[in-house]
Amino acid sequence: MDLTLHVWRQSGSNADGRLVTYEAKDISPDMSFLEMLDVVNEGLIEKGEEPITFDHDCREGICGACGMMINGNAHGPQGGTTACQLHMRSFKDGDSITIEPWRAAAFPVLKDLMVDRSAFDRIIQAGGYVSVNTGSAPDANEIPVPKADADVAFEAAACIGCGACVAQCPNSAAQLFTSAKVSHLGLLPQGQPERYQRVVEMVAQMESESFGSCTNHRECEAACPKEISTDFIARMNRDYFAALFKGKRPASAG
Amino acid sequence: MKLDAKIPEGPIEKKWDEHRFHMKLVNPANKRKFNVIVVGTGLAGASAAATMAELGYNVKAFCYQDSARRAHSIAAQGGINAAKNYQNDGDSVYRLFYDTVKGGDYRSREANVYRLAQVSVNIIDQCAAQGVPFAREYGGMLDNRSFGGAQVSRTFYARGQTGQQLLLGAYQALSRQIHTGKVKMYPRTEMLDVVLVDGHAKGVVVRDLVTGEVSSHAGDAVVLATGGYGNVFFLSTNAKGCNVTAAWRAHRRGALFANPCYTQIHPTCIPVSGDHQSKLTLMSESLRNDGRIWVPKKGGDNRPPGQIPEQDRDYYLERRYPSFGNLVPRDVASRNAKAVCDEGRGVGPGGLGVYLDFADAIGRLGQDTVSAKYGNLFHMYEKITGENPYQVPMRIYPAVHYTMGGLWVDYNLMTNIPGLYAIGEANFSDHGANRLGASALMQGLADGYFVLPYTIGNYLAQHMGEDVTTDDQAFKNVEAEVAGRVDRLMSINGSRSVDSFHRELGKLIWDYCGMARNAEGLNTALEKVPALREEFWNDVRVLGSAENVNQSLEKAGRVADFFELGELMCRDALDRDESCGGHFREEHQTEEGEALRDDESFSFVSAWEKKEGTDWQLHKEHLEFEYVKLTQRSYK
Repeated sequence: MDLTLHVWRQSGSNADGRLVTYEAKDISPDMSFLEMLDVVNEGLIEKGEEPITFDHDCREGICGACGMMINGNAHGPQGGTTACQLHMRSFKDGDSITIEPWRAAAFPVLKDLMVDRSAFDRIIQAGGYVSVNTGSAPDANEIPVPKADADVAFEAAACIGCGACVAQCPNSAAQLFTSAKVSHLGLLPQGQPERYQRVVEMVAQMESESFGSCTNHRECEAACPKEISTDFIARMNRDYFAALFKGKRPASAG
Repeated sequence: MKLDAKIPEGPIEKKWDEHRFHMKLVNPANKRKFNVIVVGTGLAGASAAATMAELGYNVKAFCYQDSARRAHSIAAQGGINAAKNYQNDGDSVYRLFYDTVKGGDYRSREANVYRLAQVSVNIIDQCAAQGVPFAREYGGMLDNRSFGGAQVSRTFYARGQTGQQLLLGAYQALSRQIHTGKVKMYPRTEMLDVVLVDGHAKGVVVRDLVTGEVSSHAGDAVVLATGGYGNVFFLSTNAKGCNVTAAWRAHRRGALFANPCYTQIHPTCIPVSGDHQSKLTLMSESLRNDGRIWVPKKGGDNRPPGQIPEQDRDYYLERRYPSFGNLVPRDVASRNAKAVCDEGRGVGPGGLGVYLDFADAIGRLGQDTVSAKYGNLFHMYEKITGENPYQVPMRIYPAVHYTMGGLWVDYNLMTNIPGLYAIGEANFSDHGANRLGASALMQGLADGYFVLPYTIGNYLAQHMGEDVTTDDQAFKNVEAEVAGRVDRLMSINGSRSVDSFHRELGKLIWDYCGMARNAEGLNTALEKVPALREEFWNDVRVLGSAENVNQSLEKAGRVADFFELGELMCRDALDRDESCGGHFREEHQTEEGEALRDDESFSFVSAWEKKEGTDWQLHKEHLEFEYVKLTQRSYK
């Protein structure tokens, strides 16, 4: 099939960007979306033009590196699918496809479709862990976990940190990402000692970054390639207010 | 050069404990005076960096990805082995040790493997305490499954995402230490060389992948946790960025590279669909529990599978291996798939595929049961191929998955360069010639959480107060070399893209040093690979600038190193004139076509030393087997 692409090109963080039109010819329906871009890039290199920069790594939908707006949808039109697992059979001959980077103040563009998502790392650093040093763990079966709790915790832990939730949100909010980790750990017995301090620390960090606020559009849930539920946002909010009543404040607040 | 593996004396079950007692310790107040550099943040690197920071060392950690959480450990599906014996089915540290040495076709060090089995139990404790959401029974206890033909259920798992959950556990431990300031993290930063001062590893030279800046970092020791080299084949199940550069740069500085020809080919991957293919996707080998593998009896039979009657099908694994059938080990299943495709009986585009048919299982168990067991895999297959495996048989083909070879290390995980360590898939140590399922995660975390943090202290304790800074001339020299190499790649301005060279190299290695090797083919490759490398250095086209993000430049540097590694792999495969594990020399097989070892002549580790130009010298570390009895594997 032949396609017309409108791709965001931006040479660096401080440069102006623009959409550039490319023709993608003889695209096989069996190609992944990123393989289609590979083919376009090989054509660009042949012509002496710099190829399109985009983040990608595992190409099997688990590392969370890839991500782009495809016709206005984070990771494209197919639900529960990362851009690398989207295949060209989802498109038809003659289609026009607009490809843009994640658009969020907290994710500045580095080049073309590549953005800086380090804000996510800082949210985890603020408290997204159980504080247990290597060597101090009790026998694994000394802490039974009800299967139902373990299963829900797993649903939250499946987050790949790609940023689609933020990119799709009209407010660029990071509630789904943050709540996924708050819930994963908060649902497990191992996470209880730090449960309330964790949520205030992570929320404080989230709010100090350039994310917007959640106004319950639930676009994040629809865009999430791992189909993580907004129920976790409600859960995080409950924990957050409970923490405030318990007098928990982020350490940085003095 | 005399290779000393530094294996402690004493009975095997006491070696590690004794060794720990005899190692020198760094006083708690002195730990903060040491700086350790860790390159790579997968299971091994993240767990090592976090643990050393907890102990009090200052750690600098580097990864080429935009976040430490994206390292390719994340893609491991199946699980992690541990000798917990929670299932009361007779497992023990000794049994896990024995199975691992045997599975590696008797080409690994007994002492290392025994220690791996010992600390496996601590890993599960540590990860459970971190909140890794392992699969649970209804009573709340951890669930296990049998994996990769093991006769006990010792594999812990988190659905099909065990690697992801273990990595996130290590990433979170690392994040905690970044928050405390004990770890300084450098994402989007690629190590391009190691710096030696007076023969000791004292730092690295890196390139910032956003600004292009080349800079130096000094430390008291350097740990490489940079994964395997499967991407030398271009097509593999590795992530696109996985590369050998860090290990190879260390090799060029004098670190020995061991057993490079030991590569693992996984039998159940989704076949190539066309020339555009950029990577291969693995599907859990648990599918072979219920799927039947077949090809048409006659070559060129192009009928759709549903129209090929039973008498025209060849269930070749069931025919050749009546007792193990479709469950033969990875290497045997892979070689047989290649053989039937070479006979022209392969199916699908290009004839490189075999059917994995669930029709019988669906008939016997019903679609609902099959869906409950394999639903997510069937879904993934359909997403990638557009075919519904409930209605038409899956097509599978083997793909490169893991590399057992890597930097030579002693029992302390130190390379032959003092102060330079290699852990996880980057070293060669524990899997011999073939890795068992669910053992890669175990080894990565064993090295990172429970081995390196102890052994590195023994080295550091003996090197107090050797303050080296990046002002040392050695750093300036290496920085200049690195910058020169970047300039050279940028200035060739040839006609061919990096990927076009990488694909061509990958095909050469796959054809001549893939699932089956022979002397003639390896000699051919040893002519073709250097010729292609020459062409690369004269005709590669890298556009753009070295002063900002340039993914072509990153790839070019990695592919340049793959050329040299590819040549060494062929050298090693030619030199190892026997078949063992993942290394199958066609000249050495039994009458039934099984791998034939030559223990008399080849019970050694091949450790290659880089010489001038493209020459290498072989050093042999002889393997002693005191506890495990060497036998020929049989799956008839």
